[in-house]
Amino acid sequence: MTAQGIYLDNNATTRVDPDVLAEMLPLFTEQFGNPSSMHGFGAAVGGKIEWARKQVQALLGAAHDSEIVFTSGGTESDNTAILSTLEAYPKKKSIVTSVVEHPAVLALCDYLEKKRGYTVHRIGVDNRGNLDLDAYKAALGPDVAIVSIMWANNETGTIFPIEELAQLAKAVGAVFHTDAVQAVGKIPMTLATSAVDMLSLSGHKLHAPKGIGALYVKRGLRFRPMLRGGHQERSRRAGTENAPGIVGLGAAAQLALMHMTDENTRVKSLRDKLEQAILAAVPNCFVTGNPANRLPNTCNVAFEYIEGEAILLLLNEAGIAASSGSACTSGSLEPSHVMRAMGVPYTAAHGATRFSLSRETTEEEIDRVIAVVPGIIAKLRSLSPYWSQAGAPKEFAPVYS
Amino acid sequence: MWNYTDKVKEHFFNPKNAGALDEANAVGEVGSITCGDALKLMMKVNPDNQVIEDAKFQTFGCGSAIASSSALTEMIIGKTVDEALAVTNRDIAEYLGGLPPEKMHCSVMGAEALRAAIANFKGEEWVDDHEEGELVCKCFGIDAAMIERAVTVNSLTTLEEVTHYTKAGGSCQTCHEKIEEVLEAVLAKTGALAPPKPHAPGTVGLDAIKPLAPKAEAAPAKLTNVQRMQKIMFAIEELRPQIQRDGGDVELVDIDGKDIYVRLTGACSGCSQSAGTMMGVQAKLVEALGEFVRVKPASLLPVGA
Repeated sequence: MTAQGIYLDNNATTRVDPDVLAEMLPLFTEQFGNPSSMHGFGAAVGGKIEWARKQVQALLGAAHDSEIVFTSGGTESDNTAILSTLEAYPKKKSIVTSVVEHPAVLALCDYLEKKRGYTVHRIGVDNRGNLDLDAYKAALGPDVAIVSIMWANNETGTIFPIEELAQLAKAVGAVFHTDAVQAVGKIPMTLATSAVDMLSLSGHKLHAPKGIGALYVKRGLRFRPMLRGGHQERSRRAGTENAPGIVGLGAAAQLALMHMTDENTRVKSLRDKLEQAILAAVPNCFVTGNPANRLPNTCNVAFEYIEGEAILLLLNEAGIAASSGSACTSGSLEPSHVMRAMGVPYTAAHGATRFSLSRETTEEEIDRVIAVVPGIIAKLRSLSPYWSQAGAPKEFAPVYS
Repeated sequence: MWNYTDKVKEHFFNPKNAGALDEANAVGEVGSITCGDALKLMMKVNPDNQVIEDAKFQTFGCGSAIASSSALTEMIIGKTVDEALAVTNRDIAEYLGGLPPEKMHCSVMGAEALRAAIANFKGEEWVDDHEEGELVCKCFGIDAAMIERAVTVNSLTTLEEVTHYTKAGGSCQTCHEKIEEVLEAVLAKTGALAPPKPHAPGTVGLDAIKPLAPKAEAAPAKLTNVQRMQKIMFAIEELRPQIQRDGGDVELVDIDGKDIYVRLTGACSGCSQSAGTMMGVQAKLVEALGEFVRVKPASLLPVGA
């Protein structure tokens, strides 16, 4: 538990690891040179950037360090991957993606459809968040320039069968990109032997700072830069390197690889403990997404007949930070597109609450959350017109419902 | 996280009058689980003096929805039904020290529940009240009457504000045009114009910029009959080449006050477009004279004229 409380919103962002920060600090002071400069100040930094590139390569299991392009984060990586491919294959006018992607992919696809005349196939999911494979296969064809499907969903943690999807895409000659922002560092990857062409990752999801990310570009893939200018990143991403960020990402990648086992054993068992305790203590709630195949740190529980923002406010008051797929937390009015895509009924979609752990999460923290959550849910349900003292939902039929 | 006032937090963390009111004789239920907001307001009204002696609520919704419900009960207990009817959503928001714009719909829900409960007490079917207006936003079940009330009470002027206050149009957005119609109708009715927006000191706001006054023109001197006839003849002469190009012709026959008789000849006389040609002549003459005149075919000349 940090001074601010119990932080279970690691899919939103993570705390910069103190070792990562320590690696970064000299880049602000002694080693401040521009890596493009010919003098010694620059050279020292250039060497560190190449070290960081190798760390990211190792985390992804990529064949070559030159396949890593540093960017400003997940959104830039996603946008670059898609726009680069469309420019490289101008005759192909279709894009395949899923309905549960991050807005960094969805909003760009919407734009390309509306303003640039592309056909976008958005593949649906079932009520567990699993991709509709038949629809996916049906959407693939010679006109598809790029397939962009996330590796794991940020809200539910559900993992997609990326290797299978990539191979199917390759079979029709499409480029395969995956937004792996939530998956990198949590599940092992071997891109060297994979059909994945491009992969996006974001530093701040794995204990590096915000504003740094990377795009994996398989060697030999046709590439068109989004940012043009200087020759940085082998002319694939112009702009003076965010050297402290890159070094931070390198250090974070090194730590993530080291902690991968912990993530999949201790963190996972803490997540399971939290989830099982909530399910046991609280009636009328269920886990969204695919419980059997999801990120080890993520659990998203939908509490029926109450609303997510109210849950978050009471959790926050108890010193616990979580997240919600509720509309009211985002300023939009509809529940999250992921909950709706899975067909989670409105009775529960508004009350979907995400707890995302990290390697910093302790058992003591989880015990504290387990102790607090049932009371919060009970309190809000006691206020809810849909809930009766007996527990079961009672009849309540307001006008304009 | 929303920047809630201390008063909102106080009413959310420790809501007043939460729960069921068994002896309620006035119940209003509004909202829906689809919207993510629903409120059941229960009141105990003294039938003799119409005073609201007790009020309780049950709310499904976010922090500000619960706080708005709690505030509402505090505001109406002790009031007569008629006094309570005067409570608007704006009053609820002000009682709470303000709500974020995106959350104003929570206060609207409170005001709507109050109206529903009072209608219930009076034995009126409140749903009828709602049906007087067309259902505008199907996603959130918001009708025109509710939008009108929100616009009037809160002096709303934009579609975005209507969405913040009522949720209408916040989902599929296909009703945006309808919302704008309702909004315009209310603004036209109340004569409300967009309130002037404050601008930075030392600068001039857009509202302060006035269009240039049109150049004052001397009042046109009244034409003599001869001058008027000359103007008409000159205008028709100007038109003729165009009509002749179409294989026809036009001839001035008579002038009788506002009625000007012309004869179309050649191709124009039997042309299906002749009515259009007459309209064109009329437009030209109206422009030339600066007064309204009627151009008629010579065949309509009064007998004996």
